[in-house]
Amino acid sequence: MSDEARDIPKEPSMLRQKELVGGYFDRLSRAREDGKKVVYTFVPGNLTELLAAFDVIPVLPEINALQSGIRKKSGAYVLEAEKLGHSEDVCTYVKSDIGMLRTGVGPTGQPIPEPDLLLLSYTGCYTFMKWFELLKEQFPRAEIAMLHIPYQGDGEITEDMKKYVSDQMRNEVIPKLEKLTGTKYDEDKLRSHLELSAKAEDDLVWVWESAKNHPSPIDGYFGGVFYIGPIFTAFRGTQAGVDYYRLLRDEVEQRVATKEGPITPVGQLNEQRYRIVVEGPPNWTSFRDFWSMFAAEGAVCVASTYTRVGGLYDQGFRHDPTRPLETLGEYCMGCYTNLELPLRSKLIAKYVKEYDADGFICHSVKSCNSFSAGQLLILRDVERQTGVPGGFVESDLVDPRYFSPANIKNRLESYFQMLEQKRAGGARAREARP
Amino acid sequence: MRTPEQIAQECEDITLDTRFEKVRAWRERTGGKACGHLPIYVPREIIEAAGMLPVGVAGGGDQVEIIRGDAYFQSYICQIPRSVIEMGLNERLDCLDGMIFPATCDVIRNLSGMWKILFPDRYVAYLDLPHNHEPEIGGKFYAHELRRIAKGLGERTGVEPTDERLLEALARHDDNRTLVEELYDLRAERPHAVPTSELYVVLRAGFQLPVEEHNAVLAEYIEAAKRSDRQPLDQARVVVVGTFCEQPPLGLLKTLERAGCYIVDDDLLVAARFLRGRVLEGQNGGSPWDLLARAWFDRGLNVPSRYVPGEKKGEWLVRMCRERHAEGVIFCAPSFCDPALLEQPMLQNALDAAGIAHTNLRYAENTAQFGAIHEQSGTFADSIKLWSQT
Ligand code: SF4
Ligand code: SF4
Repeated sequence: MSDEARDIPKEPSMLRQKELVGGYFDRLSRAREDGKKVVYTFVPGNLTELLAAFDVIPVLPEINALQSGIRKKSGAYVLEAEKLGHSEDVCTYVKSDIGMLRTGVGPTGQPIPEPDLLLLSYTGCYTFMKWFELLKEQFPRAEIAMLHIPYQGDGEITEDMKKYVSDQMRNEVIPKLEKLTGTKYDEDKLRSHLELSAKAEDDLVWVWESAKNHPSPIDGYFGGVFYIGPIFTAFRGTQAGVDYYRLLRDEVEQRVATKEGPITPVGQLNEQRYRIVVEGPPNWTSFRDFWSMFAAEGAVCVASTYTRVGGLYDQGFRHDPTRPLETLGEYCMGCYTNLELPLRSKLIAKYVKEYDADGFICHSVKSCNSFSAGQLLILRDVERQTGVPGGFVESDLVDPRYFSPANIKNRLESYFQMLEQKRAGGARAREARP
Repeated sequence: MRTPEQIAQECEDITLDTRFEKVRAWRERTGGKACGHLPIYVPREIIEAAGMLPVGVAGGGDQVEIIRGDAYFQSYICQIPRSVIEMGLNERLDCLDGMIFPATCDVIRNLSGMWKILFPDRYVAYLDLPHNHEPEIGGKFYAHELRRIAKGLGERTGVEPTDERLLEALARHDDNRTLVEELYDLRAERPHAVPTSELYVVLRAGFQLPVEEHNAVLAEYIEAAKRSDRQPLDQARVVVVGTFCEQPPLGLLKTLERAGCYIVDDDLLVAARFLRGRVLEGQNGGSPWDLLARAWFDRGLNVPSRYVPGEKKGEWLVRMCRERHAEGVIFCAPSFCDPALLEQPMLQNALDAAGIAHTNLRYAENTAQFGAIHEQSGTFADSIKLWSQT
């Protein structure tokens, strides 16, 4: 069986990232022996630093689903969940997780301990709530904490929203963690984790923005998902996370100096024909094929919205140790999928302009209404704002039945051809100008 | 004195009118403004407190041909946002000065942003419904949300949404709630006298009528239904769930009844009856905004969009079946409806544990063929009756 991650040539930072993730799953499998408490929570708007301050280990069900997808195990898990009565129509991350939990082992084949606490950070996606309720049914002995993150329906974070979130942290989340661990909330400990977060965030933003160079030294979508792994999960607010982003930055700095592109499945992409912004999550079960379809055409992704679901650091947000709980709340509310649609559309247009992109592509996934509902309007709206034509391809996250390689390849090739013609037309017009 | 059929026919005409002529007429008559609200729940009282007519927008059903709406949504997204966009683009909703999109699911949520892009001159609000049930936390946040939106609407009408105005609206809607509950109880007691296809249109007429007028229609229908000499048939008593947002076409409800089912409870049009009981009852003083906010927690219906801490999933459904003497449950969900479909396995488990039969149908608001649904629900009804005789 092939493994989508193993088949991708690695940069040194990717190897380090793999070690980090491997180490995390090892720690998790030993949690019971090590006397550690386990908290299941979701990626967008996660409270990693707070969990670290209580010395508990987070389990992120989406990461399990994603890892199962990339290891090509999710297809069977999804079918298993459907056999249990889950509809074909709903989010496949949920079904992959439900199917995986039946097996008792995680994506790496190691056991995943049951949760001591289910912490729902309801951020940017309605489905999380149902997923959480399904987990509640599965693990009736787990403690429950709900953190409701209000949506930026008016494109802003108001004082009332901030107060609502920090009140919930003080009165709901922290007391539950205190009870679970038998330790008092230590704000200084939280501050020290937040300081480490901010350091790593600085380096991550530098890496993202390095894609403004020509050629771009990174792929900000396919490569980008490796880069965000540590900061979106258990490594934000840790020294290991800081070290990883320093290593990554050094690596990218070198490529900027030598004017080299990123390593892709078809080799190092130094000749970059198209600079593309991507909206929407990737497909995991055919990740390598999907990336190759871009790289083979000389397309490099210079920015993506998926890499911002765990925080809009490049728009100025940093975890601020001087306001520990407030900063966590603002972080949760600022995640990409928690933004109203006009803001999402403006952000993509901004990326197209700032990253000097030739085009932008929506990868619309069947699973995810949070991302996908409204994407066709976003497409037009970004075209209107930038004058740059958009492309649209559809598949799914972890259900291999919805990845149709021939169809997607065709669409992408036609799209790149169209960009080429537009470029040739522009050049002719410039030549014809007196 | 009108018969139930005559009243229901008038309500059906209103229900099927996707140009909202009643609302247009009201605007012309009064010079007032109107505000639409999407499923599942927006407290209509706040719209009235701000001087507007609340208008329920529950989709275009099978009356609106989708020409442009499909260009805005992928094939794997449910039907209701397409018909709402279609109605917006073809000016059927131009009688609405504002629209409120509640926190139902990510589709309705994102539709709020689409509305802003497509109709920049209209008032658009997203109403965040709270999942934290503490009065001092979720309650305060929600009360603030309600005031914020009422203020925004009031700026359009020049009417200040005062406590007094909200109290008056609450009183009118308390009467409405009482009448709707009476109608539901009557149907459960005498389902032959109150066919669901009639109950539905009588309820839905309230999406276009001022509440006092709707109260009069409800009272008249209840009296007429009580007087009717419709005779009971040997039908299976079922509860229908999954229909809380995108509405099934009327033909589907008629099909279930013709196939041998008496629907004795349901989650149709929940916005019309989201709060149980009378909100003002036993209340003296205090802020009506806080009262309305509290009602979300204490009186809200069980729907997938509302998080209820400590709830054992599906207990309410088992309870409902027992109270209504229902013999089975029909899960009737719109295709691609994440809230309904993700909830369903948990509800099914609860029914299995309680030994209550269930079956599972799928629809879209513009479904036109009911042959398979007739067959399936007929078989379900027959098996229930057979089971109850053995
Ligand atoms: S709907 Fe989207 S954001 Fe929500 S759980 Fe599924 S993949 Fe994640
Ligand atoms: S039908 Fe379901 S998915 Fe569609 S808008 Fe309504 S609640 Fe959301």
